[in-house]
This record gives sequence, structure tokens and C-alpha cells, in this order.
Amino acid sequence: MNPQESAAAPEAPVAEDPIKVQNARVLALLTSLFGEGTFTDIEEPYGLLTVTTTRERIHDIIAGLQQDQEIRFHFLTTMCGINYPENEGKELGMIYHLHSLTQNIRLRIKIYFPITDPVVPTLTDLYATANWMEREAYDFYGVIFTGHPNLIRILNVEDMDYFPMRREYPLEDGTREDKTDLFFGR
Amino acid sequence: MAVNDTLEGTHKIHEEAVAQRHGQLMPLLNDFSQELTTLNLGPTHPATHGIFQNILQMDGERIVSGVPTIGYIHRAFEKIAERRPFYQITPLTDRMNYCSSPINNMGWHMTVEKLLGVTVPKRAQYMRVIMMELARIADHLICNSILGVDTGAFTGFLYVFQEREKIYEIYEEVCGSRLTTNMGRVGGMERDFSPVALQKLRDWLKTFPAVMKEFESMFNRNRIFMDRVVNVGPISAEKALNYGFTGPNLRAAGVDYDVRAMNPYSSYEDFEFDIPVGTNGDTYDRFIVRNEEIWQSLRIIKQALENLPEGPYHADAPHYYLPAKQEVYKNMEALIYHFKIIMGEIDAPVGEVYHSVEGGNGELGFYLISDGGRTPYRLHFRRPCFIYYQAYPEMAVGTTLSDAIVILSSMNVIAGELDA
Repeated sequence: MNPQESAAAPEAPVAEDPIKVQNARVLALLTSLFGEGTFTDIEEPYGLLTVTTTRERIHDIIAGLQQDQEIRFHFLTTMCGINYPENEGKELGMIYHLHSLTQNIRLRIKIYFPITDPVVPTLTDLYATANWMEREAYDFYGVIFTGHPNLIRILNVEDMDYFPMRREYPLEDGTREDKTDLFFGR
Repeated sequence: MAVNDTLEGTHKIHEEAVAQRHGQLMPLLNDFSQELTTLNLGPTHPATHGIFQNILQMDGERIVSGVPTIGYIHRAFEKIAERRPFYQITPLTDRMNYCSSPINNMGWHMTVEKLLGVTVPKRAQYMRVIMMELARIADHLICNSILGVDTGAFTGFLYVFQEREKIYEIYEEVCGSRLTTNMGRVGGMERDFSPVALQKLRDWLKTFPAVMKEFESMFNRNRIFMDRVVNVGPISAEKALNYGFTGPNLRAAGVDYDVRAMNPYSSYEDFEFDIPVGTNGDTYDRFIVRNEEIWQSLRIIKQALENLPEGPYHADAPHYYLPAKQEVYKNMEALIYHFKIIMGEIDAPVGEVYHSVEGGNGELGFYLISDGGRTPYRLHFRRPCFIYYQAYPEMAVGTTLSDAIVILSSMNVIAGELDA
């Protein structure tokens, strides 16, 4: 576009952050597609739009975003589990990173659910790449993905009977005294 | 009693898991009714160049199905990282894709800098670009020359390995180590390029293109080589995207996604380079794309070296960047900062960052959640190998065993990155 033209545009805001504008546009699209109130905790840490939703809606939302012709989030960058033991009823979470390669927009979607009922719908029917990512999340956090074709451990041994990335398993044996350091708090 | 109970429970879980797995893998054992043979390719096999297993079902020479098993060198980096100060996580990243450690190191440093809000001076950014592109060349050289070895062409491997050795000598001059480099620091580089390092780099830039040309002339139009790799293991662009391919493997399928161009970091926007793409994503395309990327990396290195700005080689961030050792002996503030950084006493701000760099194999992402402590609350690595290796069975089915080896080799699966 020619610079004079863009300067003459009446609604051109002065020094508006392009990432903010883009995120506002994506957020408007998200709410128009999936309705008000679907997304909570809307943030933009370091310019990456982050929304939180529920596990009941997650499959519809990601399927809708993948198929939407305007934005086309057809690349699932990564997903990972997370554990916040102090958040009662929302101890476990899954974090999805989507990327629209046509428009170069990234989006982060989070869901939280209780550790006693860690069941989440699978995304393997949408993205082939979700297969091993979900197996990894199951392996590390014990998240059960309903509909996954082959939900077994991937990196750890099959006969492991706990989920090692949960915060209840400290990295070092908590009963050891020779490693405590009263001054530096390790 | 309690111990026995636990053991019994473990055995039960194990038996269930095995039964479940056998159900999915059936027929796992040699099934003579269909005259299928089960072949264990790996975990330690000279042709897989890494420790991972593939259980293949063979109908004569053809592969009917394949089940990959990974995790043989899983070291729980994500768990370990939750108890380490940021600077101690750099050595972990070395050991992911150990063929191009500097890219991993600098990707991690940039992630932390993004979290801390530290701006790195231009000179350090250009120095990083030079080291990252050297690492990319080393990575691609290994992949392509090993592909030659797997097709029976040993000579090319020996030619370019000498050049890789020279790259490692440059690393050695820059940071002191060769394979697991632990290069740079949060905030910049730990020292400036020495005159020897610059001289080695300039010499190498003069000699390498001739060797690379020789390597290409040995392979690119070689009838025997082309017969082995053209139309072997093709993957379409849609499928590659669906499988989360990135890097040269995705570009070979015809998608021009390169993190360096799409989300420039470390001043990549200053340099002019092309993104080579293939057409049908077969082994030959992957080979050619990697070769072409080596030339583009050379272009970037030359531009960065020519325009290397003067100035400091690290950010002015005393809370995070170690002071010079001489200062520590003489200066009280430097001593305090040194002590606090080494002891991991410096808290990071609360926040979450996703930063990705173009690694040797594709988009290498770091997702860091900080709760304000000295260590990450959660650190997730997006390892390109782990994500695209799951497409391997689909690409290998229907080919012969020798083709399957070539496909595996051309995908450049690095066990360290696969398992993290």
C-alpha cells in the first residue's frame, strides 16, 4: 500500500501496536464464532493471544478454527499438560498452541479440569500430529484423551505406575537431609 | 507386605499394558498364515543412527506395517528443568539436537531474554546468527552425508566431515567446547569473537564452497543415488502440515514455512536469503533442500560477518549476565551479582513465553511458564523430531527395507531431540 493512502485513512490510529490490533481481530472472530462467555481469562502475554475455555468446548473450538476459511488455524504447533495442585477442581490443564500459517497468527488455548477426572476429548481426528503429543501428555500427567487410537506411554517405560510430571512427585527425594541447604533454600 | 502389594500392582499394570499393546500390534509375532515376518529394526542398529526401535511387519521385502517405539534415551529434561535456574538449563538444551547445539542454546537464551525483557545488542545478535547458521550447516552436512552413506556412497561423507570438523574448531574458539557447546549466556555471548576465531571463520568461508560444490556434484545428478532416492517416501504438503512437519522436511513438501522469515528473531530481518522449497516431499527433495539451505546459510554468514556491528557483545543486564571475572575480584557489586547469579538467587518475573527458532530440523519451540521463582514453573520443548517422526510408519509402509532406511536417514531424526 502506498504510504500516503494509509496516512490519509480517517480511522488509522496513531502508533497502534499491530500485534494488539491483530489480537483484537482474532478475539472478535473467536467470540463471533463461538459466542460470548466461551472464553475467559483473555490475556496477551508477550503478544500471544491466550484464552481459556472448557474441555466440553475444546474439540468444537479447535475444529471450528481449523475449518474457518478466514483464519485457518491448520497447524497445531504443540500441546502440553500442566499441573497446579493448589487450584482445587482445576489441578490439571492442557495448553494448545495453534498457528495460522497463511496469516502468521498464533493462538494459545488453555483448558483446566480436575485431577480426579482427567478426561479430555482427543484432537487426533483433526490433526495427525496430536497423536504423540497426547500420548506424551498422558505419559507425563495422566490426561486421558477419549477417542485416542493408541493411548499408551510414549517416553517412559510401560510398567511405570505414576505420572512423573505431576507436582506431587518432587525431582529429588524429599526425605534426604544431606542435600538441604538452610541458607540458600534448596 | 506393603512392598509386595505395590509390586503386585505394578505387575498387573505391566501385564495389562502388554496385553493392550499386543492387541494393537497384532499380528505381532510371526504370522505364518499370511507369511509375514516380524523384524526388529533397532533399538541399536547401525543404520538408524540413534537409539529407537521400529517393529516392522515384512511381506518378503515389503514393509506391511511399522510400529515405532521411542524413549530409549528419555532423560526427563522437562522435569529436571523445573528445579534448575535458567542458566543451568542451557546444558540440557545442548543434549536435544546435539548436531546443532548452538541453535538450541540460543533459542533458549532468547526465550529467557523475552521473559526478562532484555534487549540484546546488535553485535551479539549478529554473532548469534553466525553461530546458528554454522550449526545449521553442520547439522545439514551430517544429515546429507549420512544419507549418502546409507545409499552406499561413503566418499562424500568423508569429504564433508572434514568441514564439519572445521566448524567444530570454530565453536571451540568461540566457546571452548565442540559438541555440547553451552554457547553464549542469557543476555548475549560470554566473550567476543577472538581474532583466531574470526580468522578460522574467514578461512573456512573461503575453502568450504569448493568442498560443498564437490559434494553436490557427487550426488545431485548421480544416477545411482537418484535411483535410490527419487520418489522414495514422498509426503504431500497437506499431510506434512497435518503431521506438524517443520523445517527442511516441510519445505521439501513445498510449504515455505521458515521461522527465520515468518517470525524473525535475532535480527534475521536484516539478512537477505531465500527459502528453498521442494515439490513432492520425497527423499531427493529433502536432500536437495538441505543442500540449498547450506548455501543460503553461507550467504547469511557472509552478510553477518561483513556487517558485524561494533559494540558490546552482551546486554547491560547485571542481574542476569555474569560480570567479568576480573571485576568479581575487585568490585563489590560484581561480586554480589556473581554470587547471586551462580547461586540462582535471582527471581524471574511472572509470565509465560513461547519462543521458537528455526532449528536444524524445524521449529524448535520453548514454552516457558514462570511463577516468579528462580526456576521455571513449567518448561515445554517443542521438539521438531518428536513431532514429525510419527509420520514415519506411514511413509515407510509399502516400501522395501532399504528404502525405509533411506527415508529415516533423510528425515534426520536425532534421538536426543526425539526423547528429550
